[in-house]
Amino acid sequence: MSANEKLLDVDHVTVSFHIGSFLAGGQLVAVNDVTFALYADKPEIYSIAGESGSGKTTLANVLLHDLEPTEGKVTFEGRDLSTLKSRRDSMQFMAKVQPVFQNPFETFSPLRRVEEYLVETAMQFGRAKNRRDAAKVADEALHQVGLSLAEVSRRYPHELSGGQIQRVSVARALIPNPRLILADEPVSMVDASLRMAIVNLFKKLRDEQKVSVIYITHDLATAYYISDRIAIMLRGVVVESGPVENVLGNPLHPYTQLLQESVPKPAATEREQWAQHIELGSTEVREYGRLGCKYAGRCPHVMDVCKTKVPPEQEVEGRTIRCFLYNDGAMPETASPVQTGNLETA
Amino acid sequence: MSLMQMEDVRAYYRTEAYGISRSVRAVDGVSLELLENEIYGVAGESSCGKTTLIKVISGTVKPPLRVESGRVDFNFGDFEVDMLKISPEDMRQNVRWKEISYVMQGSMSVLNPVRKISRTFEDIVGTHQGIPDKKAFREQMREHVMRLGLPPDVLTLYPHQLSGGMRQRVAIALATVFHPSLIIADEPTTALDVVVQRGVLHMLKDIQAESANTVLLVTHDLAVHANVADRVGIMYAGRIVEEGPTQTIFQAPRHPYTEHLINSLPVIGDKTVKKSLGGAPPNLADPPSGCRFHPRCPLAMDRCRTEMPEMIMLSERHRVACHLVEEGRA
Ligand SMILES: Nc1ncnc2c1ncn2[C@@H]1O[C@H](COP(=O)(O)OP(=O)(O)OP(=O)(O)O)[C@@H](O)[C@H]1O
Ligand SMILES: Nc1ncnc2c1ncn2[C@@H]1O[C@H](COP(=O)(O)OP(=O)(O)OP(=O)(O)O)[C@@H](O)[C@H]1O
Ligand code: SF4
Ligand SMILES: [Mg+2]
Ligand SMILES: [Mg+2]
Repeated sequence: MSANEKLLDVDHVTVSFHIGSFLAGGQLVAVNDVTFALYADKPEIYSIAGESGSGKTTLANVLLHDLEPTEGKVTFEGRDLSTLKSRRDSMQFMAKVQPVFQNPFETFSPLRRVEEYLVETAMQFGRAKNRRDAAKVADEALHQVGLSLAEVSRRYPHELSGGQIQRVSVARALIPNPRLILADEPVSMVDASLRMAIVNLFKKLRDEQKVSVIYITHDLATAYYISDRIAIMLRGVVVESGPVENVLGNPLHPYTQLLQESVPKPAATEREQWAQHIELGSTEVREYGRLGCKYAGRCPHVMDVCKTKVPPEQEVEGRTIRCFLYNDGAMPETASPVQTGNLETA
Repeated sequence: MSLMQMEDVRAYYRTEAYGISRSVRAVDGVSLELLENEIYGVAGESSCGKTTLIKVISGTVKPPLRVESGRVDFNFGDFEVDMLKISPEDMRQNVRWKEISYVMQGSMSVLNPVRKISRTFEDIVGTHQGIPDKKAFREQMREHVMRLGLPPDVLTLYPHQLSGGMRQRVAIALATVFHPSLIIADEPTTALDVVVQRGVLHMLKDIQAESANTVLLVTHDLAVHANVADRVGIMYAGRIVEEGPTQTIFQAPRHPYTEHLINSLPVIGDKTVKKSLGGAPPNLADPPSGCRFHPRCPLAMDRCRTEMPEMIMLSERHRVACHLVEEGRA
């Protein structure tokens, strides 16, 4: 494998949905011109974060080949996903790119025992020839997430707690020995301690088995802790992306700044700042329908240009950003996140 | 003033499969008091029994869950209720929605997916007092929703047309139509992003501050408790292991489990390796002997393996169940 060979190449991907509402002109661009790549010789954890309804799951569906992009293309190990037609090709692809879904209760049918899924996955992807072996494979996978077959055996999904069932779905994804795990909110239902166990497991998979992970999350603290890079999405657009230390450590986009300061601190001493009133977005569709920057309706630094023109992608201070405050890479005075008083009379 | 007193409650799931019966001891000897005008937070790892505890408090216990022993008594001011004996009829007429509202884990459960939000409101209000004047009622609903800072057009939509955060705020709005004495919210923000989470929790706090009622907030997200709760109870394997004012729990935790929980939280700006708790979460069908935390406790002593620690009062509002604390060693 040559250096810099791409494991995954996301090239100007756009997904539009036709919707009934005319607020957005009958169209909703859920993924708006998204580009990034993961490299084969450099397994990494790439996080995608951002408000609900910002297109993260839609993008994940494209990467899983469950949804064709309206424009742009996705290549995995050199193969354009739109050329995967035969069942064999699809199965091969599916073994290498495994999903972990947002809502585990939707992954598992309420009428089937959870172990059935694990056994089935092991057989389907050729990890085991018979049920006995498959059960062993399942048990190993469950141990990696802090469970055992003995504990879940004979149980239906509703007989497990939210956290238990989510760990089962991570275990299921590990069974085919994938190269890329696409985890959509994998830890939203589990407690901090297990959350750390699961994200540490992602780190271990990256470091020891060279598995890359796309980690879609609302939990910016764990995203900071495990990721190499992060992309912040707002209404289909990646507004800021780059190394996590830059993007979350020192956010420049006003939206990333809001996100970062909204993370509640695990200390009872900073309640006041977090309790400060915030504006929530009006309806999602309205923001999607905006012509210029999608954040213009809420941004404390909004300028006229933001309302009509789409901010171009620029490299600023070790990250890629879309915001007119940083046009030409220069940071104008108005960029200061705390700005009070009137500049003219000051 | 006390709103609810729970004494030594045990609630088990009893299941029978292939002639083997087993019981999951999800709540196993919990005593707890809820006061008027407070936000009480319950934290603890997944499957430790938080939702089960809520089922007992809210009177929504149904098979295979059974309350084996204990008492749950409410004092709503003008009347008292024994939650373990109340009739379904009495519950429906006088308690549900009016005195106790329960926003369940996964907010969709209160919202009927095939009915517009306004119809769901009507259904709830209708079962209680009928709706003589529809027009006036609609106006009331609009006011209620707007007072909580929601756009009134949500009333004309179906649940699937709302974002997760909006749905959760609507669920809370529904839960507060009758100004209940107790609002129970089970993981109200776990599926939401931090900005929307902040908005939803602000709303919950504002409602509580305004009506001076009680909120029982269940979430495993300790950072949420740090910012919202007045008191916090930490559950482990079906039992409360520590309880105290939020400041105390975060600044001076005494139980090794609480300490671990607080120290293992990741924060932005810190990339040092954080260890998750060793060992597996306990199996509640066969919980560990002695202190249930002993197999995972770095400080466990011999006594911990055999003897269940009693709750010790450290101060009027701070209590903990740990042998080390009892022996003055932690
Ligand atoms: N099939 C579809 N038809 C029309 N609109 C859709 C469709 N699928 C998704 N959308 C819309 O696209 C937008 C992006 O949704 P998506 O589920 O990708 O967001 P998300 O970032 O994953 O949100 P969350 O954090 O809540 O999971 C939303 O406004 C959603 O309503
Ligand atoms: N219907 C049921 N039948 C049998 N066991 C059950 C049932 N519902 C829950 N349990 C078990 O009871 C225990 C406590 O579950 P509970 O849902 O109260 O946990 P929780 O603390 O709310 O977890 P989470 O944070 O994951 O929501 C778990 O071991 C769970 O598997
Ligand atoms: S482009 Fe304009 S509206 Fe958008 S974030 Fe930057 S300053 Fe705010
Ligand atoms: Mg999603
Ligand atoms: Mg629960």
